[in-house]
Order: sequence, then structure tokens, then C-alpha cells
Amino acid sequence: MKQQQFIDQQRPLWDSFRHLVEQLEKPARKRDAAGQEQLPALYRRLCADYALACHRNYSTPLVDELHDLVQRGHRLLYRRKSVWLWRAMMFFWITFPSAVRRNARAFWLSTALFYIPALVMGLACYNDGDFIYSVFDTQEVANFEYMYDPGNEMPGREENRASESDFAMFGYYIWHNIGIGFRTFAGGMTAGIGTVLAMLFNGIVIGGVAGHITQLGFINTFWPFVAGHSAFELTAICISGAAGLLLAHALLAPGRRTRGEALKLAALQAVTLMMGAAILLVGAAFIEAYWSSIHSIAPAIKYAVSGVLWFVQILYLTFAGRGHHAA
Amino acid sequence: MLQLDTVHTFETPEGVELGLRVAGPLPRALAWVIDALIRYGGLFIVSIALSILGEFGFGLFLILLFLVEWFYPVLFEVSRGATPGKKMMGLAVVHDNGTPIGWPASMIRNLLRVVDFFPFLYGTGLVTMLINRQFKRLGDLAAGTLVIYAEHVRRSHGVIAAAPRTLPVPLPIDEQRALLDFAERSSSLAPGRVEELAQIISDEQGPAAVETVLGYAHWLARGR
Repeated sequence: MKQQQFIDQQRPLWDSFRHLVEQLEKPARKRDAAGQEQLPALYRRLCADYALACHRNYSTPLVDELHDLVQRGHRLLYRRKSVWLWRAMMFFWITFPSAVRRNARAFWLSTALFYIPALVMGLACYNDGDFIYSVFDTQEVANFEYMYDPGNEMPGREENRASESDFAMFGYYIWHNIGIGFRTFAGGMTAGIGTVLAMLFNGIVIGGVAGHITQLGFINTFWPFVAGHSAFELTAICISGAAGLLLAHALLAPGRRTRGEALKLAALQAVTLMMGAAILLVGAAFIEAYWSSIHSIAPAIKYAVSGVLWFVQILYLTFAGRGHHAA
Repeated sequence: MLQLDTVHTFETPEGVELGLRVAGPLPRALAWVIDALIRYGGLFIVSIALSILGEFGFGLFLILLFLVEWFYPVLFEVSRGATPGKKMMGLAVVHDNGTPIGWPASMIRNLLRVVDFFPFLYGTGLVTMLINRQFKRLGDLAAGTLVIYAEHVRRSHGVIAAAPRTLPVPLPIDEQRALLDFAERSSSLAPGRVEELAQIISDEQGPAAVETVLGYAHWLARGR
């Protein structure tokens, strides 16, 4: 068939397709979506025309025009649309806890990378009051000694933050803690070195502070303060680490896939873990700002609440979404 | 097929091949600068307004800072296909298969930005972009995304000076395209180089060869 015949014959189809695409590309309020159910059928016929035009070596302007139309149709047809609130709930109830269980090895490895140095450092600092200075300088030690000194009116806050409101601290915890989580995750791209270092570092710092403060005898200011938010915060940091380790594993041991493919698959799992961890960190920030900071509550109640939170969290991560096939 | 331009091709489920023009480091860097100005300029203005609210405003500011630092690109990429900076540079972010970017991929490529930024100003990202064909930084590799030119660049076919000449043999589409590209770019090349190139496919010499090849291009551009 001559090109001009082909154009004359098919032009009406292309014009109606272009008209439909132009409508659908507009924002929902301004569009006239009449006939949008025809899009798939029109699109398939257009694809056939485009393939024919290429195959028959028709002129470049015609091929370019059809290519442009096919591309716009492709974008519209394969766009993902969903009800985000429903998706968010499904994510939190099914996708995230299932992903943690599916990647249990990465989770436990990350947990070990955090808790083992924390325990070792904690015990060392508890037994030797000067050991803490092997990691921190004197200014930093003085700073957190002040934070948990029973004489401090606002336990858990640094000197220059003592007067800040709970909401200001909430914002600070979100910005600071979730930022740490995200960086720990991103460190996985350095073949895991960044993630492993971040986990070890966090363990050493947190264990060291806990051991040193306990050895000083500031037990009733430190432990009731950290108990409440510890459940979500520590677990979320371990999950961020696990997400980073997944990336690292894909890069170092891609198995039967190419590194690129393995990385893409692992990244989807990892970002699921990371988003769940971020939600947990928001919860932890809320508890730290509004619950941990109330120092008029008896330590026993704080410990009890902390126990409940740990228990609920373990139940959640172990059982939530079982039996559903996670998307 | 020898690939001359930075075009990434992929096959759609309908069995046709589409091409995307991937964007290089320079337009992306410029887009990033525009975005940085918008982000931090906006934050600065908001911070002035929030300072009236005192302590509460400070908390709000930190939450905003967190959101702008990590989620500014995600929100714009998922809802509009590109950040304002990229829009201005005519760029868009899509999946490898040309579909508009979704939440997970956008989240991956933007959370991994910190590694690309390392050690300073996207050092790692630039090196990674230069050693793969599709200008992907690490975040793009992990997310399976491409930064492309959003608008198909319309060729200006009308202005070929030579008289149209029928092609002696039918040419496949990419060779046709090479001829048209030659015609389009011949005005920006040195005359000697234009003749040299034209002589590759023409038996004639010098300006006559150029005239012939441009004639073929003109004939192709008329689209008959």
C-alpha cells in the first residue's frame, strides 16, 4: 500500500485517538472523558499502524508522529491508579509486616549488628566509669550526663533544648531520627559498608550512654525516659539497617540474576521495609515527645507501658497480615 | 543497530518498540539547582512566617524541613511526573518501560540520593551516570527509572535548501533518520566536514555531493 493511501485510510482513527489522549492528559476536573472506554481498543489499532509504518519504511515524519501518539497512549494506559488511603492501610497491616518476616535473616543480622556492640559497650561502660571517654569527648559526656541528671528539670533534653515545647521536640525527633533511618538504608548502596558502620555506631553510642548513665546511678531519670519510645525506635532502626543490608546483598551476591536486576528486586523489598520503619519512627517520635517527657509519672507505670508497647509490636510484626498474599 | 543518539528503546506489551530520549548530567544538574532554589527559598519564607508562632512554629518548621529534604521530589514526581525544576528543563522521570513513575520507584530513587550526593555535589552520581548508557545514577539503577526529555523534539523539516531528489534505493527508518539528521545539522558543521560526510554515500565530489544528499533528505522530509 502506498503511504498516502495508508494515511488517508487511517487518519480518522489517529485523529480520534489524539483527541481522546488530549482529553485524558488534562487534570480530572477539566477533562471531557466521553469515550474513554475506547482507549485500549484504539490504542491497539494505533500500535498496529505504527508497527506497519515502521515495517514498510514509511517516511520519518509519519513514523515520528505515530511514535509520539503511541508513547502518549502507553503512558495513559499503563498508569497506576489506586485509592491511596486503602493502599496505605493494606501496606501497614499486610505488606510491611509480611516483608519483615520474609526478610527475617536481614532483620536478625541487622539486629545483631546493633545489639551486640550495644551490650558490649554498655557493660564496659557500666563496669568502668572512664571507659566512656574512649568513644566520646568530655564535652559530649558532660552533655548527656546533664540530660539525665536527677537535678535536671527536663530529663532527656540537652541543656540548650530544655525550654522547648513538646511539639518542637516532636519535630526535632522526626527530622533527626527518620533522617538517620534513611541514611542507614541508603548506606546499603556502598556494598553495605555504610549500613554496617551506621548500625555498629548506633549500637556503640546508645549502649555506651545507657551503661555510663546507669553506672552513675541516674537510673530513675534515664530508664523511665527511654523505655517508652525504645520499642518502636530501636526496632525501626534495625529494620532500616535490614533494608540497607538487602541492597548490599543484591550487589554482592546477586545469584542467578544480573546485578542490576537483583538490585531492582531487592530495592522494592527494601523500600517497603524502610517506609514501614519510617512510620514506626513517627510513632516513636510522638511517644518520645509527649509521653517519655512527662516526668511526673511513676517509673513503674512507664515500664509497664513500655512492656505493653514491646509486646504489641512483637505481636504485630509476627502475626499481622499472616495468610494474606502480600502484594 | 549502531546507536548514535542517547535513545533508550523498549518493547511495549503490544509488541511495538518505543524510544525515549534520556537526559544527561547537565540539564539534570540545572534542574536540581532550580529545585534547590525553590525548596530552600520556600523554606526560608515559611520559616519567617512560622517564627511568629514561636516554639510550635519551630516544631512545624523541623517537620517541614524533613518533608522537603526527603519527600519534595517524591511528591512532585508521583503527582506530576517531574519536580518543578525538571519541568522547567523539559525533563520527566519514568520507569524503564516508559510508564509514569509510581510511589515505590520514586521513593527508592530519592532516598538513595544521599549516596549519589557523596562525597559532595553528586560526585558518585555523576561517575555512575557517565559509565552507563542511560545516564542512570545509583538511585535510578536501584529504582529502575530513567530521566528523559518529556516532549518529543519536533524536527524542523521545512528548511532544506536543496531540490528534492528521489532516493535510488528504499532505506530503513534509522538510515532515513540519519539523512534527516545530517540535513538538520549540516548548517552547524564546518563546510569541509559536511562535504566529507556527504561523499561517504555519494559518488560525486565536493558541494555537488552535499547537494545530492540534502536532496535525498528533502525528498524524505516531504514524507511521500
